Parts: sequence; C-alpha cells; structure tokens
Amino acid sequence: MTAKTIKIAGIDLELHDIGQGAPVLWLHGGQGFNPKHAFVDLIAAKRRLIVPSHPGFGSSGLPDWVDSVDDIAHVHLELLDKLDLRCLDVVGHSIGGWIAAEMATKSPERIRRLVMIGPVGVKVGSPDKLDIPDVFAMSQDDASKLLFHDPVKMKVDQTKLTDDELTIMFRNRETLALLVWEPWMHNPKLMRRLHRAAMPALFIRGASDGLVSDAYMSQYAKLLPNARTHTIPAAGHAPQLEQPEKLASAVLDFLEK
Amino acid sequence: MRAWHFSETAYPYLPPSDSYPSIRVSLPNRIYDPAKGAALYDRYIDEWLEAEAEGVEIMLNEHHQTATCVDPAAPLMLAALARLSKTARLLILGNPIANRRQPVRVAEEMAMIDVLSHGRLEAGFVRGVPYEILPANSNPVRMNERNWEALDLIIKAWTNHDGPVSHEGRFFHHRNINIWPRPIQQPHPPIWISTTSPGGAQQVGARGYIQATFLTGFDMTRTIYEAYRKGWREAGRGENVPIHRLAYAALIYVGDTEAKAHAGADKLLWYVNSNKVPPHFANPPGYVSVAQNVRLARGAHNVVSAFGTRQGTVEGAIAAGTMFAGTPDQVLAQIKKHYDHVGGYGQLLIMGQAGFLEHDDTVHGIRMFAREVYPRLKELYPDTAISGVNPQPAAARSA
Repeated sequence: MTAKTIKIAGIDLELHDIGQGAPVLWLHGGQGFNPKHAFVDLIAAKRRLIVPSHPGFGSSGLPDWVDSVDDIAHVHLELLDKLDLRCLDVVGHSIGGWIAAEMATKSPERIRRLVMIGPVGVKVGSPDKLDIPDVFAMSQDDASKLLFHDPVKMKVDQTKLTDDELTIMFRNRETLALLVWEPWMHNPKLMRRLHRAAMPALFIRGASDGLVSDAYMSQYAKLLPNARTHTIPAAGHAPQLEQPEKLASAVLDFLEK
Repeated sequence: MRAWHFSETAYPYLPPSDSYPSIRVSLPNRIYDPAKGAALYDRYIDEWLEAEAEGVEIMLNEHHQTATCVDPAAPLMLAALARLSKTARLLILGNPIANRRQPVRVAEEMAMIDVLSHGRLEAGFVRGVPYEILPANSNPVRMNERNWEALDLIIKAWTNHDGPVSHEGRFFHHRNINIWPRPIQQPHPPIWISTTSPGGAQQVGARGYIQATFLTGFDMTRTIYEAYRKGWREAGRGENVPIHRLAYAALIYVGDTEAKAHAGADKLLWYVNSNKVPPHFANPPGYVSVAQNVRLARGAHNVVSAFGTRQGTVEGAIAAGTMFAGTPDQVLAQIKKHYDHVGGYGQLLIMGQAGFLEHDDTVHGIRMFAREVYPRLKELYPDTAISGVNPQPAAARSA
C-alpha cells in the first residue's frame, strides 16, 4: 500500500488510492493521514478510498502562496478534475471537514453525499468564547484530554517514532497552525455559503470530543439544508481511531443509501 | 566600545512562582497594582537618566502580557525618554515587526522619536520571542518572511521623500505611503537586529545592520558572530567587520568588593530564574524549524525557552559568559575573555536591573561600571577595532 505523488496546482501531493468500488474522497484532519489505521481497510473493503495529504501535510509540498483552508479546497477540487471524478462521496475529519464544507459551497454538484466527522470551520457561538478550545495555548497532555476519550491509551510514545515520522508530525502541526490561527478554526464567510451544500450530509462526533461540542455540531449541521447528526460513544475528536468499526459502519451505512 | 543601560521595567511583586503556571502570557493582571507600577516606572526612568549622566547610553525593549517586562508599547517609553534625556543615544531593541500589523505605523513612530530626540534614535527590530505570539495573536509560521518584508517596508517609508509610494507584497499592502515626520538621521536611523540563529545573523551581516545577541554565552555567540562576519564579507562589504556592528547583552553588576558585587549579581538572576514559561508558550508550532523540533524531541536544549540551569547561579552564569560580575578588575577580565573568544564586539548591552535589585544598588552598579570599567573598555576596544576570530590575511582565508 504505497502512496503516489500527483502534481496539482504546481504542488506535489501525496495521494493514497486504496480499494475498489464507488470512490470516496477522505479529507484528513490536523494530525495527517496514516494508512495503517484500522478504519482505512474497513472502508476500503467496500469502497475506493482516495486520500490526498493536504499541502504541508505528510509528504505533500507547501508552496509559499498556500496559507488557508480555502486554498486547499481549490487544490482538491483541481485534484478531482485531474482524477476525472465528476461526482463522488466526500468524508472530512476536523479541518478536513472544513475543507469539505468549502468544496461543497464552491461545487455542490460534485459531492453526492457528505460526511463531516468532528468538523471545524464555522463560528456559531459568542464572540466572548472560543467555539473550539485553543489547543495551542495548553499543554500536550491537556490537549490530549480534549482530543481523546481515552488519552492514556491513545498517547503516542515519541521516543518510538523514527526521525521521518517525527518530522511529519511536527510539519503537520506547523501547517495546521498556519491554516487555523486567525480567525481561529473558522472562515467567517463559510456559514453564509453553506445553504448551497444541499446534498445529503451526516455530521458525526465522538461523545467525548472536547474540541467540537454537541451544540457546535448541531448548529453547524443546521446551516446545511439536508444534514443530520450522529454521535459515537466512547470516542473523542477522532472516532475513526478510537472506534474504527463503529465509525466505518456509520459512514458506509450512510454512503450506501 | 559603547555601553548601554538596559532595563526591562520588571514588576517583581508576584505571588510564589509555584502558584502560577507561567509568568508570561496568562498571569492574571489583577496581580499588577497600578500604583506600584507607576512608582516603578518613575524609578526605572530615573535609572536610565542616571546612566545617561554617567555617560552610558539608553536601551529598552518590548514584551507583552508579562511581569518580566511591563513595557508593551516601547515607543511610548522611548518618547518619554526622548524628552527627559538630553544626550544619550536611545536604542529600542526592538520593535517586534513580525507581530505588528502595520509596519508603516512603526516607521512613523520611529521617525517621530528620532525628531523628538533630535536625531538620537537607534532603531532596533526583533522577530520577537515565542511567548509574544499569543499576545499578538500573530501566526508563528512564516514569521521570518514577515519580519524581513516589514523591515524593507519601513525603510521604504523612511527613505522616500517625494510623495506617496506603494507596496504590494506577500504580507503587507499599502497604496499610499508618505510619512510625516521623516527621520532626522539620513538616510535613516541606525538599524539593529537581534537574532539567536546563525542563518539570521548571516542575513543581518549581508545587510550590514548592527547585530545583537542576548545571553548566548561563549560558543553560541562566536557562532552567531562568525555567521554575521561571513554574511558581511560575502555581500562585498569588505574583509573587515568593525566591532561596532556587533552587540552583546549580558547581566552585569560591578561592586566595590567581590562579595557585594555577587550579592547584586545574584539579584539580577531574577531575570533568568523567574522566567517560568511552559513549553506550549515557549515553542509554538512554526517558531523553530521542523528539523529543530525533531532535535528538541530527541532531547536537545531549547535555547529559546530556557536559559539553562547552570546559568541560574552567579558562578554558573559567569562561567557560561552570560554574566559579568565582580570587582572592576574582575569584570574587565571577564569581558576581555568573552570578547576574545567570540572575536570582538563594540556594543555592550548591560542588563543592569532585574527583579528585586533596588534603586540604590542599581545606580551603584551603573556608576561602578561607568567610572571603573567603561573607560578602560573604551581604551582597549576603540571603535576602529576589527571583529574576527583569529584574523588571518585575506589571501590565507580565501585559499
């Protein structure tokens, strides 16, 4: 299972293309994409799973002009052109959900069904309180408590990572900061555009997600004309890691309708 | 050799350090008593003026949301000093231009201070330490790129005198730049840059600005200066780098006796030892390179976030070259040793007040330095001196 490289908008993108069947575009979150995670094979057993690493993540290039989620949405729409995928299902996790939402407002006709897992990207609450807690202003341990249902189990032992793995981890983190710093984790214009994203949409969140609250997800989903919500127990911000089976079946059930 | 009295205008009246996670960024300002703060401002300004009276120049800097340096708008303090002082050069080191949204406004502030002070401004620019990121809500990624574009824009604003010019860059946009006043000093006030990285120093050398480095000790300072000299030479500025292009900041306290000097110096260590900052403030993503973060994860020492434990004592700090303290003879010998090791510098930035070093002791330290050490430094290291480790003939170096 090796990644290939594809040039989009002058950027060398790392691209994973796994499994057979109707295509699903998976847009990863701020931690990047690891094809070894269990949910990957669970979804790829039924569908062709297409996963680009966003510019600045994994081994994908990051040109100096890229500095926003909007830029990445344009890059991925061009990727669909290049792959000749006129209409497909899209699943986005965290900032990947934000990217998916931007794509859905630009080219709604190209997305058949949309799944948003712990998505960020809009600002629905009061100006006096961050909708998404500031994970860069707290310790890694405190951030892990918000990210995971079981932070002890999910803790990554950095001493066991190779230099290449560490490099990708720090690079992903740096690119995440570049994209989400200001406005924090959202595009103020996105909520005024989401009414165009009328495809069937499913919003999923882990019940223990400390970043994306239930109220946030509900209000976000209401901005789309045809969205419903689903909660996965015993999972945090990345249910595909903590409950891969439950997540995969929720996604596949929805997409196979 | 030129010496500068540098004060961070600290607010030392804090609860025990184990009662708060960080002295910077998140320490609640209810702890700050404005009445005590006003008295401290009066006192610190008096100390700068005492330094001027002793022939020492004036230096200040800017930090935000911190008790270590209650000077979040350094140009305001500098404007006050421009009117209260009469002869001293006025160094701001510096303007955190990677965190300022409007570089043209910075150009205006600096031009105004240059005029207010009748041409005594030395305009320093810094990328800013990592804990300035959150107070400025500034993106830590691509700060260097922003920093250089901002500086170029400021110089453009200072040096254009024929009506509006424009700037449409990567980070900053201005359609109509035509600042009033313009600086007195032509073509512009001397420019200083502080950096702790060799890559940055090489760029500063290529541009010929004055390079300052803070508490970088023996080997790191030498590495930074060597990078500066390399950049200077490769840019065709000549084989010889004048020492006045290089500055070093150290904790300095001179006393009548070694015991008294060390007692004063010990209080200066507040600057180092009180700097309690958790890693997420000290190393935001993008502030250092990915490669450096990998080295840090493998256990490398973070120069930016911690000044090092062995430097937390007077003896350790003197050994590390971050502090010069003792009798006049001892301090002279310590500076000479450091100067020779790093290749020489012509600007000594004296961190002469910190924490609970009281007014009388601060002034005593300034006077002892100015009267007993400074004249001998000026004699040893005239402005015409050349900086370079083991200088060799040009032919030998290029061979």
